[in-house]
Amino acid sequence: MAEALTLGIDVGSTTSKCVILRDGTELLASSLIPAGTGTSGPGRALAAALEEAGVQRGQLAAVTATGYGRNSFDGADFVVSELSCHAAGAAALMPGVRTVVDIGGQDAKVLHVNPAGKLERFLMNDKCAAGTGRFLEVMARVLELDVSELAEMDEKATGNVTISSTCTVFAESEVISQLAKNVDLHDLVAGIHASVAVRAAGLMRRLGITEPVGMTGGVARNAGVVRALEKELGVCIAVSPLSQLAGAYGAAVYGWNKTRRDPN
Amino acid sequence: MTESEEKKPAKIVLRELQDRIAQDAWDAKRRGEKVGWCASNFPQEITTAMGIPVVYPENMGAAVGAKGGGQRMCEHAEGMGYSNDLCSYSRINFAYTDLKRCEELEIPFPDFLLCCNNICNCMIKWYENLALALDVPLILIDIPHLDAVTCDADRVKYIRAQFDDCIAQLEAITGKKMDYDRLKEVMDVSQRSSRAWLRAVGYMSAEPSPFSGFDIFNNMAVACVGRGTVEAAEAFEQLADEYEALAKDGKSTFKGEEKYRILFEGIACWSNLKFTYKTLQSRGINLTASIYGPAFSFLYGSLDELMAAYSYVPNSNCFERELQLRVDDAIRNKVDGAIFHMNRSCKHWSGNLYEMERQFREKTGVPTVAFDGDQSDPRCFSEAQYETRIDALVELMEENKRKEGGA
Repeated sequence: MAEALTLGIDVGSTTSKCVILRDGTELLASSLIPAGTGTSGPGRALAAALEEAGVQRGQLAAVTATGYGRNSFDGADFVVSELSCHAAGAAALMPGVRTVVDIGGQDAKVLHVNPAGKLERFLMNDKCAAGTGRFLEVMARVLELDVSELAEMDEKATGNVTISSTCTVFAESEVISQLAKNVDLHDLVAGIHASVAVRAAGLMRRLGITEPVGMTGGVARNAGVVRALEKELGVCIAVSPLSQLAGAYGAAVYGWNKTRRDPN
Repeated sequence: MTESEEKKPAKIVLRELQDRIAQDAWDAKRRGEKVGWCASNFPQEITTAMGIPVVYPENMGAAVGAKGGGQRMCEHAEGMGYSNDLCSYSRINFAYTDLKRCEELEIPFPDFLLCCNNICNCMIKWYENLALALDVPLILIDIPHLDAVTCDADRVKYIRAQFDDCIAQLEAITGKKMDYDRLKEVMDVSQRSSRAWLRAVGYMSAEPSPFSGFDIFNNMAVACVGRGTVEAAEAFEQLADEYEALAKDGKSTFKGEEKYRILFEGIACWSNLKFTYKTLQSRGINLTASIYGPAFSFLYGSLDELMAAYSYVPNSNCFERELQLRVDDAIRNKVDGAIFHMNRSCKHWSGNLYEMERQFREKTGVPTVAFDGDQSDPRCFSEAQYETRIDALVELMEENKRKEGGA
């Protein structure tokens, strides 16, 4: 059987990600554009991945769309929820993982993955943006930092300023109050990370935690949040360098499984 | 009755009956009779037997939500000073009380209020507020939360005393006397209605279910407001017969193939009913289990048993009994998954849903999903968030079916 190229695209709320796999396992190309559903992001992410792989869209055996903008992406062969895709992506990127916490731009989810790498059950955050990537973006803006600088700030923290509000807007006010008190900025960032970690940990405890545990989504790139979550739960959390691409990666794996001779 | 009238489908008969009951209340009001506002699970046997017209603010809240007026009315109530943490039915009702008009639906203003807290304890404050605002008497039947599996004699005695006192108060307010022979007749008719309604919804266990489960949300209105009438009993018997015939032929009013069967937990999102329904229907998901519809049936023999029956309203029961009802319903009706509505309005119902969902999932083994929404305030619902959760549920149910099929 000839090699098959499958593409997964994760049209998220704040970013668009693409992954092209050869035979469902070999990473051929990937792209990440910081613009999500309803923007030029999905088209740009697709073009960038195709260019990197040096292939035309017509050469792809399957295109699978996932993420919040999955239904508005034109020309997908398959449309799958990001829950299933993050489970498949995490299982491919972190073999053996059983519990996955994914913190994305506008939601947080916890997934149980079975030994075969498939989604078994899940829980998602309720009601608000607290504990999501958007929360960190809002806080970074208040601190006049780029969200990518938060992990480094956290690393230099010696203490932890408590941020307790569960509402993003209230927490923003809390951070501003702390700034007015001239608290150490590093400790404040550590407190913000702890706040995200506590909410994610609550969600994880509700579903139950089976080790090994892995983390996906953009927030997994923030080592400060990962450390805070490990401390809160007392478990090690695996993170792949491709964690932010896990949804797109899982979508590409899904497309491969669907198009090959034996879909199981 | 002409032949064409005889052929009217039960759902049309029920809708017309609901309209007629509403019109009867308006006509009575215009004649100068005393009309009441009544809680949905108040023992309607009293008012039906005494010939006292009542209307239901909860039903109005649902209808206004379904017709698109929920947000406007809720925002008006919030402008009056009511918190958006309060039930949207109550906010719609407070707004109506203030505005004295509502373009989606109006009900005659009350001369008295009948509150029963078996459906919601917070409702007492809602009705106390109304009593003050409208300067009308409030009669409360307090049904204690049932922290046991059965309602004991002391509870029955406590409820019965209030039942008798309510009759005395209504006699004084309206000038109408209770005829206890008539009460017995109404009780019998109510049993007939309840049994027929339960028989109708019982056909959800057939595969495929003979009807789209969301129909419960439409048909249950009469189970709430008119179950003590012969017309309601006949309409529900016709409905049950129709479902029986469909089930016998393997047919269904559900559009498309019934690929998945689910339990839907909680009140419908009236303001988002079309979207919540279409999202399920387009994926081949039919609602085949719900505690909500059958909740408006009360089975009893004697007056004392009637008191006990009104304490078995799901929201008035202990967690263990509540859980078992859902688990039994899910198993009987062979569901593949369950959807839990975290209804911002209904603190009582949503408060235990985290644990309810967890234990339900463990006991039934079917996948579950929870989403945020509201019964009549559309601001608490996100289409994308709902759709993502439903898609993931479908993927889990599909995988389970694949495994069961031995693929």
